[in-house]
Amino acid sequence: MINLELPKHLQDLQTLLRKFSNDGLRPLSRKYDDLEPKELPEELGPLSELLAAGRKQRSAKNSAEENGDAPQTEVRNGTNLGTVVGAAELCWGDPALFLAMPAIGLGNAAVEAVATPEQKQQWGELYAAMAITEPGCGSDSAAIRTTATLDGDEWVINGEKIFVTDGYRCKQVVVWASLDPELGKAAIKSFLVPKGTPGMTVTRIEHKLGMRASDTAQIVFDNCRVPRTNLLGDPEIAKTAEARKKAFGGVMQTFDNTRPAVAAQGIGTARAALDITEALLRERGVELGYNREYARLSALENDLYDLEAEYEAARLLVLKAAWMADNKLPNSKNASMCKAKAGRMVNTVTLKCVEICGQLGYSKTELLEKLARDSKIIDIYEGTQQIQQLIVARQVLGKSSSELK
Amino acid sequence: MNNATMSEALFDLTPTEDQQMTQDMVRRFVADVMGPQARAADEAATLPEGFLDQVFELGFSFMPVPEDLGGAGEGRRPVSNVLLMENLAAGDLSMAVAALAPLSVINCLLDYGNRAQQERVFRVLNGSAFVPAALAVHEPGIATDPHAPATTATKAGDGYVLHGAKSMVAFGADARFIVVTALLDDGVAAFLLDTDNDAEGLSFKPEQYMGLRSLPLFQITLDKVSLPASARLDNDFSIDGLLQRGRIAAAALATGTCQAVLDYVVPYVNERVAFGEPISNRQAVAFMVADMATELEAMQLLNWRAAAQLEQGLDCARAAYLAQRHASKYGMKIGTDGVQLFGGHGFIREHPLEMWYRNLRAVPLLGGLVLA
Repeated sequence: MINLELPKHLQDLQTLLRKFSNDGLRPLSRKYDDLEPKELPEELGPLSELLAAGRKQRSAKNSAEENGDAPQTEVRNGTNLGTVVGAAELCWGDPALFLAMPAIGLGNAAVEAVATPEQKQQWGELYAAMAITEPGCGSDSAAIRTTATLDGDEWVINGEKIFVTDGYRCKQVVVWASLDPELGKAAIKSFLVPKGTPGMTVTRIEHKLGMRASDTAQIVFDNCRVPRTNLLGDPEIAKTAEARKKAFGGVMQTFDNTRPAVAAQGIGTARAALDITEALLRERGVELGYNREYARLSALENDLYDLEAEYEAARLLVLKAAWMADNKLPNSKNASMCKAKAGRMVNTVTLKCVEICGQLGYSKTELLEKLARDSKIIDIYEGTQQIQQLIVARQVLGKSSSELK
Repeated sequence: MNNATMSEALFDLTPTEDQQMTQDMVRRFVADVMGPQARAADEAATLPEGFLDQVFELGFSFMPVPEDLGGAGEGRRPVSNVLLMENLAAGDLSMAVAALAPLSVINCLLDYGNRAQQERVFRVLNGSAFVPAALAVHEPGIATDPHAPATTATKAGDGYVLHGAKSMVAFGADARFIVVTALLDDGVAAFLLDTDNDAEGLSFKPEQYMGLRSLPLFQITLDKVSLPASARLDNDFSIDGLLQRGRIAAAALATGTCQAVLDYVVPYVNERVAFGEPISNRQAVAFMVADMATELEAMQLLNWRAAAQLEQGLDCARAAYLAQRHASKYGMKIGTDGVQLFGGHGFIREHPLEMWYRNLRAVPLLGGLVLA
């Protein structure tokens, strides 16, 4: 039955996290944006433990439901929907602090997906960053130059990674490296490298436009050795061209689930900007009634309605992509649609809010200018706007990546 | 369904089995009947011969009407209406509006009419053949506001006198029933006009528009038209409520029309060769298509949310307003981009792109003609 309201358990989650965001994150927003700290903001440790406890409880319940033997007949609102709703609420609190929270990142997700119980025990508490981008490759992650070669029972990793979120303060780094650059995509594997492993050095920490509470590191691997078992997933290189394509496709598929979650950052960030803007305007007597004719609107009201429509459009695209994942429907196109829309929406919304609020919007008195700085990266990381458009276009037009480049 | 049970309902985008069956039926009708005739109807500026009777055979107008009033007793189903409107508009927007106008009057009476009015109208509209009926909400001119119509209603004895003019009224004098909005004292009221009995002072003038050409539209002049007291829709009529239902209908019609554009554009850009390869191999073209598909998807979701809220008795003001804003903005964009992607071929009347371009300009206005 068509219903686009969230069920009670997710509305409860929203309420809980809204309070957490308001009381726990907002008071820290300005402080850590100003500081741009290398280390994890001290308040975030306890806050994320609190969150992790709640998440564990929910995911145990969800996985019990999702891994049941019975074939799925009923519609599900599971982990994916919960994740996007949660991420949006926390980003309403502060997108940079959300990004800085240990254990929310891609690294942990990658490890959780494939690690054996023994490996998990051996590696201890997981706080893993993900290292994919290199100075010479960003969106085309198949072109990475970092290599891993087997020497006895150890992998030897050599190369340079940049833009590693949490790369300085994390406890492990998941590194993408090629077993044989000649073999292209199929030879790319990921490796877990614990911090402190000789040969792995953080050589630079970036200063950024926004998301300053989170650290972004450059990491150099110089004959960095890890045990053979630290390769995550299948160590074999696919033999045939078809199998190679499939293997890399499998890697890229993980993004179908993570893209809605990153898009959700845009949803929460935009909502925060809209809420602040609308509260400021309410003091000036501007109230959105959602009933007036176009010819009766002021320019400012017209802008606000436009932003609300853009916001709601992106939000529902995110919910749909997550819902599809929960219900095991192929969602590659929708995952990219929602990331594309949410990315450009959050840029438009936060910047327009700065403009609408004039001097106050531009000033550091309010968080609007910060949200407008934080938001830009949401249209870039986890696949840029243009990469998402490319994926959507290929799907809609039925094109391969060699036809539509 | 009441709010207490709804809060337990899950987020879900699956149409019910009934809705799927209706969709399959409507899609066949669109493919066999509407699609092939749409272009010629636009050229001729008239509905295809027999079309309205074929629509009548499908029985949409029976569905929501209570069984004791001769209907199927499905009740008000805005979500099902939206699916119906999307599918019909994918066939042709002008024909869809014509097909849906009587159902919109029925929906309006189910929401705001009393039992006697319902009885009178449903019997006629669900008789043995298609009987035209229409809404008269728009008024001629710019910056008109349905919250403050220039058409007035004045109490006179037991009844009312209506005076003013309305625009974009489907079927004109052929419409047996017309629901007219008018300013009464300080608020907007709605009146059921029976053109067989209330014709004194009523005149019709055909109107020509940029698009919607096969849909007969009229300006009506109400020169001190006397109506009995029983003509007023007095069951908690709300102009905001009416406009919300109209916004949802407009967005649904836009969604269907845009789907037709996208479905027509994809094969063309894949086949059209320039500089030695299909033009869709170029990002400048492919990204336009990607954005079309993305905004179309969003358009549908925004509107589904509004319709589901309305169906559940939730406040749908915001969702409906945003759905129509999005549908107006991106409906026009998709209409324009459709022509652009075809280049010169989009500009000539050999392809339907220029028709969709014209028809999609009507999205901001369609809410005054059709109700979800």
